[in-house]
Amino acid sequence: MAKDSWIALGCEGSANKLGIGVIRHTSSNETTILSNLRHTFVSPPGTGFLPKDTAAHHRAHFPQLALRALKEAGCSIADVDVICFTQGPGMGAPLSSVAVAARTLSLLWDKPLVGVNHCVGHIEMGRTITGADNPVVLYVSGGNSQVIAYAEQRYRIFGETLDIAVGNCLDRFARTLKISNDPAPGYNIEQLAKKGNILLDLPYTVKGMDCSFSGILASADALAATMDKGGFTPEDLCFTLQETVFAMLVEITERAMAHVGSNQVLIVGGVGSNERLQQMMGEMARERGGSVFATDERFCIDNGIMIAHAGLLAYRTGYRTELKDTMCTQRFRTDEVFVKWRD
Amino acid sequence: MSGDFPLPPILQTPCSSEPVLITQGAEGRLYKTTYLTPNLPCALKYRPPKPWRHPTLDARLTKHRILSEARILSRCRREGIRVPGVYASDEVGGWLMLEWVPGAPVRVRINEALGDRQSGIEEDEGLKDLMRRIGKAIGDMHAVGVVHGDLTTSNMMLSPKPLNEVDGEPEGQKGCLEGEIVIIDLGLASGSLLIEDRAVDLYVLERAFGSTHPRAECIFDQVLEAYNGTFKQAPAVLKKLEDVRMRGRKRSMIG
Repeated sequence: MAKDSWIALGCEGSANKLGIGVIRHTSSNETTILSNLRHTFVSPPGTGFLPKDTAAHHRAHFPQLALRALKEAGCSIADVDVICFTQGPGMGAPLSSVAVAARTLSLLWDKPLVGVNHCVGHIEMGRTITGADNPVVLYVSGGNSQVIAYAEQRYRIFGETLDIAVGNCLDRFARTLKISNDPAPGYNIEQLAKKGNILLDLPYTVKGMDCSFSGILASADALAATMDKGGFTPEDLCFTLQETVFAMLVEITERAMAHVGSNQVLIVGGVGSNERLQQMMGEMARERGGSVFATDERFCIDNGIMIAHAGLLAYRTGYRTELKDTMCTQRFRTDEVFVKWRD
Repeated sequence: MSGDFPLPPILQTPCSSEPVLITQGAEGRLYKTTYLTPNLPCALKYRPPKPWRHPTLDARLTKHRILSEARILSRCRREGIRVPGVYASDEVGGWLMLEWVPGAPVRVRINEALGDRQSGIEEDEGLKDLMRRIGKAIGDMHAVGVVHGDLTTSNMMLSPKPLNEVDGEPEGQKGCLEGEIVIIDLGLASGSLLIEDRAVDLYVLERAFGSTHPRAECIFDQVLEAYNGTFKQAPAVLKKLEDVRMRGRKRSMIG
C-alpha cells in the first residue's frame, strides 16, 4: 500500500532560539502541526547572545524539549519518518550543537536525516500558513535580510543587505539603549516606538534592491549619545529607527515586485512579526492591487516546525542527507537549494 | 488603465490627447502624454506621496530623487550618453517630464527571444550581440563618471531605429533584438569615478540578470567582455568586480 501520511521532527537552533516541532503531511497535501515548542536564550540587557553560551543553552534543553514535543504531538518514535535539522545559515556553535543532537536521534532511532536551509524553512512555512501561492518574499530577521522570488526551481535573491541584517541593527540599538532582551529586543523597540513622534534625521541607504544598515546603526548610536541635550527621548529614537529602516525594506520589496510583476508579498523572519512593518507593507501592497501575507510570532520567529515542514517536503521528493554530509555551515545561500517540490 | 489612480495635478488640465498610464513601477507611475505640441510624445514620471512612509521622510526622499535624476540625466545628455532628455521637472509636485523612448524594456525582448528554449542559448548570436551592446552602453555611461545604482534589464530600453532609417514598426517588433540601448530610470544614479562604485554597478546587474533570466546567465560574460573595451579603467573595474563577488554575504566559502 502506498504511504499516505508522513511525520517529521524538526530541530532548529541557528540563533538564540531552540525550536523543536512535529508535523504531519498527508498525500492529499494536508499539513497538520502536531507540536511546536521553543525555548529562547535571553541575555541580560545591554548584551547580545554569544555563540558559546547559546550553544550551551541548546545542549542543555534539547533532550527535554524533544521529548515534550513528541509527547505533545501524541506520537511515538515509530511514527516519525524523518529527523530534519537546520544545516545553515546561522551561528556556528549553536548550529553544531543542534546538528549533533539531530544526528544522535537519527542513530538512536534509526531514522533518516534531512538537512534544511533555514531561509527556505521560513519561506515554505510562510507559504503554507498564509496560503500565499507565489509571493515576493521579504525575509527579515536578526541574521538575514533578503528579498526573494521563486523562479525555475530556486528561491532567487533579488536584493539583500550589504552588511548587517535589519534585526541585528535593531537588536544592537536595543543594547545601546539598554532595553530588555525579554521576550525579544525588537519587540521592546516596537513598543517604545509606538510612543515616539519626532522623526530625526538618519541616513537612508538603498542601492537598487539592496540596502545597508550599519551606517544607520552608527548614526542612531551617535544620536543616542546626545540624547540629554538633544530634546528627544528614547521613544523618538526607536520611532525614527523603525520608520527609516522599514521604509527602506518596503521600498526594496516594492522594487522587486515591480521587477518580477507580482502583487503578493510574504513577510517571514523574526522582524516580520513587527506590526508596524506589516502595516506599511500592507499599504504598499494594497496600492499595487495586491496584499500582504504575514504570520504571527509562532511561525515568524525561528521555530522547529518550519524546519520539519521544509525538510519533509524535500524528503517526499526522495531527498536524504547522509550522515557524512550532515556538517552544518554558517554560510548557506537561499539560492543554493534545489527546490524539487515546486513547479 | 489611468482610471485606477487619480491623475497627478499636472495632468489634470484638459488636453487633446488623454494621458495614458504606462506602468506602475516601483518608484512611481509612468504616464505617456505630450509636451508643448500634441505631436511630441513625452513620458511623465510621477512619484506620488507614499502614504506608508513618514511624511517628512517621504518629502525629503522625493525631492532628493527628482532633482538628482534630472541633474544626472542632463549630465549624461551633455556627455552624449543615450538617456531620455529632460523637458521639465517639479521636485515638490514630484514629477519629471522626459523624452518618450519608443521600444520595449530589454527584459521583455530577452524573454521573448528565450521563449521556452532550454538549449542553444549559448550559440544565439542575436542575444549575444544584444549583451555586447548592453556592456558597451554601461561602459560609456561609466566612462563619463555616472553610476546607475539600479541596473536591471527592466531599466534599459531597446529602442528601434527611427522610421526614416529602417522600415519597421516604430515600437519595435516582438522578439526583435535590433536597436539601440537606452538606459532609463536613473533615480538612484550618482556621479562617481570610483572603480569600486562601478564594479558594484556591474555586480547589481549581474545578480539581477541571474535572477531574472536564469537560463541566459551563460551569455552574461558577453556584457563584461564588451564593457572591457569601452574605457581605460574598464579592466580595473572588472578586476574589482571579482572582489565584490567574493564579498557578497554568506557566499559559500568552498574553493
